[in-house]
Amino acid sequence: MKAKFPVILIIAYAVFIVFSLVSGFQPGKDIGSNFLSFTLSMLKILPGAFILIGLFQVWVSKERVEKHLGEDSSIMSFLWVMLLAGTTVGGLYVAFPVAWALYEKGARLQVVLAYIGFAAVCRIPMIIFEASFMGIKFTLVRLLVSIPLVVISSILFSRSLKAGNWKMRSPD
Amino acid sequence: MIFYGATAILLLISFYADRKKTTKALKIAWKKFSGIAPMFIVMLVLVSISLYLLPNELIRKYLGEEDLVKGMGIAMLVGSIALMPGFIVFPLCGILREQGVPYMVLSGFTTSLMMVGLITLPVEKEYFGLKTALIRNGIGLVIALIVALTTGLIFAEVAI
Repeated sequence: MKAKFPVILIIAYAVFIVFSLVSGFQPGKDIGSNFLSFTLSMLKILPGAFILIGLFQVWVSKERVEKHLGEDSSIMSFLWVMLLAGTTVGGLYVAFPVAWALYEKGARLQVVLAYIGFAAVCRIPMIIFEASFMGIKFTLVRLLVSIPLVVISSILFSRSLKAGNWKMRSPD
Repeated sequence: MIFYGATAILLLISFYADRKKTTKALKIAWKKFSGIAPMFIVMLVLVSISLYLLPNELIRKYLGEEDLVKGMGIAMLVGSIALMPGFIVFPLCGILREQGVPYMVLSGFTTSLMMVGLITLPVEKEYFGLKTALIRNGIGLVIALIVALTTGLIFAEVAI
């Protein structure tokens, strides 16, 4: 299923930006430049991230993912996805396609949900940045509280989703 | 830069090992990317508008709120809506800390920024559906609140 493209919204937005540029409307010019700078920073990350997802798809077998992250995998599966999340670049918007790739290959739902949670709180470059500006203590409290909560909430949430026969879906 | 170096090396190794598989990997990458790309554009539109409505100076002003409960509420609200990269957030929080904003408020702000994403919702709902995406974000908000309160206790900014 292809994602539905909200054409009208995008056209209205584009018209607004072009109109602002022509007429010199400052808020519109600022919004346009925000759009440009964020697009550029995302374009630095997304192509690489999707290439890695593609390589993962062809090189890592379903059996291997199921063995380590699947229904019968051990508690270690949480550690594996935490390490994977630690090296995730960008933000949550990169974590979702990665999570889908894991799910598609047979990772169990609770591990997939935990991966997303970890990708939010445990990205290593971000942690280093945080600790250097806020102090180690601040960062440690955040990690020590959020990591167990991510694990517990992922287990509970996946149980309730499974009880309702819920399935993750693909936009491609 | 390290990221692209590593990606390029892996791609080269893959290409050397199996040309066909690598071409397939690139096709998959493109298919997946083009599938979600429209929602990325929607997200960028939302980001560009929210950054205009919530510039750093305004965030600085709001989080510096004297009333702790009000400050927390604003921190978590802004954190849930905004999307900011770490290299902007943490220097900003460092400045706010020097201005006397409590660790608890900053923790609520940064953790909800990380865990809750109303702006990434257009992307997230394509994988999860709207309802599940909203619940997941709600859980993130609760976790952010617990993290912030614990931070407040540990830094002795609040007491039980």
